[in-house]
Order: sequence, then structure tokens, then C-alpha cells
Amino acid sequence: MASEEVIISLSNVVKSFGDFHAVDNFSLDIKKGQFVTILGPSGCGKTTTLRMIGGFELPTGGTILLNGKDITKLPPYKRPINTVFQRYALFPHLDVYDNVAFGLKFKKVPVKCTNRKGEEVIKMKHFKASQIDEMVTKALQVVDLDELEDRDVTTLSGGQQQRVAIARCIINKPEILLLDEPLGALDLKMRKDMQIELKEMHKKLGITFIYVTHDQEEALTMSDVIVVMNHGVVQQVGTPEQIYNEPTNAFVADFIGESNLFNGIMVGDKKVKFLGQEWLCEDDFPLDERVDVVVRPEDVILSEVNEKSKIFGQVTSKVFKGVHYEYLIQIGKNEVLAKSTKNYDDKELAIALIPDGIHIMKKPDLNNIFTGCEVQKDNTVELAGGYLETDLTKLLPGSKIDDDGYLVKGEKKYDLTGAKLTIEIDKTKIDIYDNEEGQIKGTVVSSIYKGDHYAIIVRSEDDEEFIIDTNYEFNGGEIVSLLIKKEDVSIRLKGDIDEYEI
Amino acid sequence: MKFRFQRKYFSIPYIIFLALFIIVPMFFIAYYAFSNSSGAFSFEAAKKFFTDPAKFQVILVSLFIAIQTTLICLIIGYPIAYILAKKEYNHNVVLIMLFIMPMWINFVLRTAATRDILFAIGLTGGKHPYVATLIGMVYNYLPFVILPLYSTMLKLDRSQMEAAADLGASPIQVFFKNTIPQSMPGIISAVTMTLMPVMSSYVISDALSEGNITLIGNSIYLSFANSQWNNGSFTALLLLILVLLTMWGTNGRKSEEVRGGLW
Repeated sequence: MASEEVIISLSNVVKSFGDFHAVDNFSLDIKKGQFVTILGPSGCGKTTTLRMIGGFELPTGGTILLNGKDITKLPPYKRPINTVFQRYALFPHLDVYDNVAFGLKFKKVPVKCTNRKGEEVIKMKHFKASQIDEMVTKALQVVDLDELEDRDVTTLSGGQQQRVAIARCIINKPEILLLDEPLGALDLKMRKDMQIELKEMHKKLGITFIYVTHDQEEALTMSDVIVVMNHGVVQQVGTPEQIYNEPTNAFVADFIGESNLFNGIMVGDKKVKFLGQEWLCEDDFPLDERVDVVVRPEDVILSEVNEKSKIFGQVTSKVFKGVHYEYLIQIGKNEVLAKSTKNYDDKELAIALIPDGIHIMKKPDLNNIFTGCEVQKDNTVELAGGYLETDLTKLLPGSKIDDDGYLVKGEKKYDLTGAKLTIEIDKTKIDIYDNEEGQIKGTVVSSIYKGDHYAIIVRSEDDEEFIIDTNYEFNGGEIVSLLIKKEDVSIRLKGDIDEYEI
Repeated sequence: MKFRFQRKYFSIPYIIFLALFIIVPMFFIAYYAFSNSSGAFSFEAAKKFFTDPAKFQVILVSLFIAIQTTLICLIIGYPIAYILAKKEYNHNVVLIMLFIMPMWINFVLRTAATRDILFAIGLTGGKHPYVATLIGMVYNYLPFVILPLYSTMLKLDRSQMEAAADLGASPIQVFFKNTIPQSMPGIISAVTMTLMPVMSSYVISDALSEGNITLIGNSIYLSFANSQWNNGSFTALLLLILVLLTMWGTNGRKSEEVRGGLW
């Protein structure tokens, strides 16, 4: 149903706040009638992008074309684009009917009428009350709220307010409907129902939807196209299947769905080494290249340990999830997450992988990414045998740490002890010492001179590898320690923060 | 029976205070308003008030000054409150203090100073009594308008204004269709805090108009000063009814919404 016609086109859009680039070089063409989701962790610039399309933020650079016309600097009220806001932003001083009719009161439509001389002329006129009446009734029917038009919006439930917010937009027949995490405030059951309803509404209305969310499942369920963003940069654009099956980098793989992420090295033609073992794979990378390896939990094949088993480990946890069991298996220093419908009672299990289940990705040359780092009682995070201080308030904008070490935001309180974080550290932000100054100890495994600096790889005692840019020379085999400052640790939570509420 | 202390006994002092200084005086006012100089029941004061065109003019002038003061205060105070409530300034205590501080300086002193300044620029009470009074009133009551407006503005929901713009409202339409309705509780508080107090105030008009403008407050004062207790009481009673009427009129609108006023 999506046509080939491009309705909105963003090219090289940049939004900076001082030195901080909220959105960096964002380019995207959206076709008419598509359901596009911009997906990313909080603070990745997805809402800023949406606000630029809506006209609430002016881009610092780049252009936005709507049907080929430049609308980069057009104010919001002149754009044929409507927004469903995160907290709905309904008008509490108006009832449901007036909220929905709000936009119509500003609209003028050409009306044929006869002037004093009896000639037919076309005048721009506001809608008549009867026309507004008809349209409001229709819009409320679309969202299943036709009974409630006289109600005060403050007396409605979250789901009903949501519907009013949608009706208020679609009544204007916008060319594009923007939805900024519209389901965030609803409970799980409601959210699932609304996902299906929104999708149906999209089909029925034929309006282009641009949807912003941090919920990967929501994105996979609803979208025609998903745009994955991180740090203001587009990571991947593709259909849900493409994004899930062929993630372009470790970030996308880690963010979309649960996955095992390993550091690997190419040891031959379509041969990769990770988990202390060589595997056949389907992706071709140069020999000796360090790569990210992603394995989906459902691709891990489990079996009972016998004498032929090469790779096996202790089962550290087993959870029944309804359709399948979820196993955590400790292999060396790595934890492997596996899903299986079989119920194993063994203390140890063997794993196997087929080449199709091993996804190999180029390591982004910028950063060090580590997954599954556990938050300790004192709010430090364990990484490669060391403990890093982190600023947990980054997980939840507007939050702070209270005296007891809990994360608080407004009324809500979170205990993140035991939570698994994904950590990202810029390779230029790691200080390396030849004494025990730093938190993490390791051995230099390679040191390459890059013209003006050395690119050093340090392997910790538990086989995590760090890429470091430094001005100092270190020799292979040298024992070093790494110092990482609190402000340089960028963190991301796996799963929903609400799970940690106390 | 043994005497047992109960918590409600704490209220006794207040009840006594209420009775002595509020309820009993009210009865006195009502009694004097409807009796003649010899103390017998009569409508003399009422008759005198309604047949005296001068008295009627006092009410009219008072109402005029009160409405004008309130409007001018709103026009000046609204943008100030809006700007003060903006993120850039709302942590700036000094700036907010500067606008609120006049409220804490004795107003007799302030009025005397205003008179001298107006005199210096040629707006004497003798020549321009109305303008001088109006300026004095606006100056005195502006903080009472800014403060309640400021506290509602702090709570303005910017996303609602964005939503209005998103739905096709131009900046001016956003202001009238959303910003004003949103700040209505503050506007109502501001109006209640200026309209009636201006009508009943007398020091300001007395000092600034050099006695050329008589407001209800002045008229009551004059009646009592000339020992016309019955007339004074009746005017006071009328003023009280006016106050109650406006309170009743504004309360209806306030009930549903969050109250953004001073109390």
C-alpha cells in the first residue's frame, strides 16, 4: 500500500545544542503511506528528529522537503503535519468534542457562493458548525469514542485520552502523523491492544505515520520501515526483518531483541574464533580482523554433555517463559543466553552453532562496547574484573541518586543492583598506565603506530578486549592497568527500567 | 463528671476572636445601616444613599477606577509574569524579588513618594486627579497581579501550546486559545486581589487626587468622620455585598481547575 512517491525527505539534518549534536547528519526518505518507526535508546535524538519534522525545533543544518517543497523553516501551524504528543497534551479546559474540533476552527476551505451580482465566486470560509459536527463524530468513530464527546478530558482514562489525541490529529487530514512514544504511559495490556489498533488505523486512513519509540518489540510489530538511531546518528534503516536478521553493527544487534554479543577474530576464510573455539560462518572478513559476533539466543543449539561435546558449561540460570525455557550457560568468562523448548535438568549443557546463526559485524572503530555488565550495590559496574564508577542518572533523564544510593525520579524509586548494562567507552577516553593506577588490569596484545598515535589493544584477565588510542608506546606482553573516568562511561540498560522499580 | 481535655478545645480562642471581632461587628454594621440617628429601625440611610446622585457617582467612579486599574495591571503584569516564569529567569530570585518587593514596603510611604514623583513631573492631584489616582493604584496593586499570575505561569504546560500550534493555531491564536485559558486561575486570583481592594481603598485616592476623587472607601471614611454612622454603615454593607457578589461570580469558574492563586 505504500507507494513509491516520497512524501518527506530529510537530508543531512543536524541539530546541535552548543557542542552537543543531538542529531547528526540525518538523511532519510519516507514514502507516502508508510509506517516508519524511529527506534533508539533515550537520548539518541529520535524525539528531536520528530520535533524537527513537526516544526518545533529548527535544524542547525540540512533541509527537510515535504512533497518536494522546502519546509525546514516553516512554523508548525503552517505544516500539514500533526503530532500525537508523549503525554497527549490535551486541552483540559475543553471537553472531548472541543478538543477534537480544535484544529478545524483555524481551517478555511474554498466555498462556492454567489455575490451580490449573482456571479459564482469562490471564497475561503471557516467550516460551518454542522460540518464540524459531522467531522468530529466521524473522527470519534474512528477511535471508538463516539459516546464520550461531552466528557471532560481530565476524567478520561489514559487509553481514552490517547484516542482523543489521535482523533484531534486525524480530523485535520494531515499528510503525515507524528507519534512521539504515544503508548509509553499505558499499561502493558493496553499497549498491546493499542499497537494493533494503531496499525489498523494506519491501514484504514492511508496517512503516513512516523512513530518514535524506544521499545524494539513495538517497532518490530508495527512498522514497515525501522530507523535505528544511536548518539544522534542513524545506525540502520530497513524492514523489521532486515533489522532483526541482518543487523549492520553490534549496537543494532544488541538493541533489537536479545542477543549474545562476543568479541571475535577472523582466523581464516569464513572462519571466526570466539568462545575459545573456531567456527565456520557465512560472512567474509579479512584475516586477523577483530569483529563483533552476534548470536541470537534461539540459534544456540543445546544438548546434553557427552564425550564428544567440545563446548559446554555450567547452567547458571533456567527460567520458564511459557513457550520456551531460557538458559544462561557460563562458558569460560562468557555467559551464553539460549532459548529452547526442551526442558533440560542437567547441571551442564553443551552448545553448538550453525554457520547461519553466527552474524559477524565489523567493529565500529570508534568505541569499546561491552554487554551484560552488572551493577553492584555501590552503583559501580563490574567490567573485566574491575569496577567502574558510573552515572546511573543517565539511564533516566531527570532522575537523581538519593542518599541511600537508589535512583529516584519524582515519586518513583529504582534499585538497579544486579541490572545488566551495556557499556560504551570512547577509545580516546581510556587512560593507560604501566602501574596499578587504573581499575582494570590487562596485558597489551597489540600496539600499532597510526601516524600520530598508537592504537593499542589490551586484553583483560577475563578475555575482554579494549581498544585504546594513546600517545605513549607500550610493548606487546606488557602488564598495564586502565583508568576510565565516570563521565566517559556511556551506559544503556537492557530491558525496561520499570522492572527495577521498588 | 470529670473534665476531659479534648483537642477541639484548642479552637476556643479562635471562636472567641471570630465572634468578638468579626461576627459581632457585622451585626453592628447591619444594625447601624438600618436605623436612624435615634437608634430606631428605619430605611433612612438606604433612602438617602439611593436618592443622592453624588453617592451614585462615587460608586460609578470607584467601579471605573477599579476596572481600569485591574485591566492596566493585567496588561502590564501578564507579560512580566510570562517572562519571569520562563526557564531562563525563574531561578533568578533577585529579579522576581524586584517585582514583588514593593508589596513589602509600607504603602503610605510608597504613596507619599508616588505623590512627590507625580508632582515633580507635573501630574498634580489638583490638575489631573483621575490620572494621578490611576497611576498610584496601578503602582500599588501591580505586585498583587504579578504574583498569582507568575505562580500559574510556572505551571503552564508548554506541550499544550505546541499542540495548539501543531493543530494550526498561529502564535496569536495560541495565545488566546490556549495560553490565556491555561492561566485563567491566575487571572481570576489577580482580579479578586485588585478589583475590590481598589474600590475600598482610600489612602491612595485621598493622597494622590488631593481629595478630588471620592471612592467608596473615602465616602465611608467621610461619613464616619462626620458622625453619620448610619450612612457610613449602609455604604460599608453595600460594599460587602459587592465583594461577596464578585467572589461568588469568580468562584464558580475556579472550582474545577487547579487553583493557581496565592491561596
